[in-house]
Amino acid sequence: MNQTSKENLLEIKSLSAGYSSQVNIIRDISLWVNEGEILTILGPNGAGKSTLIKSLCGLLRFTSGSILFRQNEIIGLKTHQIISQSIAYVPQTNNVFSRLSVEHNLDLGSLANPQIHDQRLEHVFELFPDLKRFLGKKAGILSGGQRQMLAIARALMSAPAMLLLDEPSAGLSPLFRRQVFEHVKKIKESGVTVLMVEQNAKAALKVSDRGIILSDGKLRLEGAADELLESPEIGEIYFGTQAMSSK
Amino acid sequence: MIQFLIDGLINGAIIALGAVGLSISYNVMRFANFAQGEVMAVGAYISLAFVAMMGLGIGRIGPVSFGWPLLVSMMFSILITAIVVLVTDQLVFRMLREKESSRITFIIVAFGLSLIARNVITLIAGGDQQFLSFYIPRAVEVFEGVKIVPDDMLILLITVVCVIGLHTFLNQTLMGKKMRSVAENPSLARVIGINVDHVIKGSWVLGASLAAISGTLHAHITQLDPEMGFELILSMFAALIVGGVSSLYGAVLGGLLIGISEALAVAVGWSSYRGAVSFLILILVLVLRPEGILGEKERDA
Repeated sequence: MNQTSKENLLEIKSLSAGYSSQVNIIRDISLWVNEGEILTILGPNGAGKSTLIKSLCGLLRFTSGSILFRQNEIIGLKTHQIISQSIAYVPQTNNVFSRLSVEHNLDLGSLANPQIHDQRLEHVFELFPDLKRFLGKKAGILSGGQRQMLAIARALMSAPAMLLLDEPSAGLSPLFRRQVFEHVKKIKESGVTVLMVEQNAKAALKVSDRGIILSDGKLRLEGAADELLESPEIGEIYFGTQAMSSK
Repeated sequence: MIQFLIDGLINGAIIALGAVGLSISYNVMRFANFAQGEVMAVGAYISLAFVAMMGLGIGRIGPVSFGWPLLVSMMFSILITAIVVLVTDQLVFRMLREKESSRITFIIVAFGLSLIARNVITLIAGGDQQFLSFYIPRAVEVFEGVKIVPDDMLILLITVVCVIGLHTFLNQTLMGKKMRSVAENPSLARVIGINVDHVIKGSWVLGASLAAISGTLHAHITQLDPEMGFELILSMFAALIVGGVSSLYGAVLGGLLIGISEALAVAVGWSSYRGAVSFLILILVLVLRPEGILGEKERDA
């Protein structure tokens, strides 16, 4: 992998991580994310995709290697310190505060930087106009798709340079799934770099610039999104052709 | 009858304040803090120390039996109790959090700390009963047969102010909003960039402040002894469970219900079963509505 480190927003070097000191879920992974691109991490269940994204947020206790964000090492920092460096993370499940109102959920996104709140809210409503209707309602009444929108909107409230999405389309209806990927594209166009973990390989690669395929905790394949879409190897690493369908 | 209701209300208000403190630590830190009763006792004894230094007699407030020194002592007590609790957190609970210890460990450690606190109180202040004031408050008859003690009214007022203040704090302030988010989903709060450790320290301070207030008020209308925390904790847990663990207002409602029902037990001549009445209510609520009167059913994660 050759790269020019100047435009790298995020650079991961020989990263190994796991939940105990004995067992590493991901092993010796090196990758980089260019400023302004969408990079999708693909792979079968259990490949270590979520572990990788969690280790970027300082959520794993045992991590070795190096993670540079804007050339600064972030391994060893606490989660709130990493998030304060303009990184926002949207977990796959349980990603809204269902007992709090939609408005309160959004407020929590800009806590670190309250003076940008109003301007961000406007921006977020442009992307997700539906949220306006539910502002005063509890987030718990929202549908799965609406919750996902709210979770992404809350992440954007902090005006992040980089957005980490953990399977944003998981468990959504086909309509919402399509919408989520459209939104991810729009978010990129607004200048945010996106690192996304996905199961829906085809749909995700269609909006991505580059893709990475993990299996068994190791990086197997890396390349431009359109090349990966054509690649015959992807089907082998993945479980057959089924994963390549847009379902 | 109305007389007993009022007595119960005062008792209930004090239980409610303590139970709210308990509810905050339960929701934010996810463990039943068995030492909350002792935090109240510590608060009461610190007030006693300051009252002893300043003297109680001077500057009486209107018809109330005590003067400014008690209120000033209570303020100092809030401050020092909060510091004691924060130091304990730093020395003990922080370590448990870093080790990701189980909730059971937290509960047992809190229980151990409560035993230590009880013995430290006995060591310093002695095991005898002590009084914050020797004044026997005089009741004022407001209606025929209904007498009100001005002190009790002040206690009710302080409780109302605390509950309103707490509501405003949790809904309007940055720390309050963070606290509510940690209470609902600590791991999500962490990944959206909230410093959960700060919020936990804030919740200790809040719980300790409420404990110092309710402990001092309880000591004022009854007396102090090293066992007071242990006697209070059971009623507070009952109040919390009856009202609903997940709801702050549940703790208030539960406290008032327990207080009033205990007073009613005395009214009908079951004074020796006073303590049992709260548990009878507790059992009823657990059978009929296990999540508590105002509680929400726990969602599956």
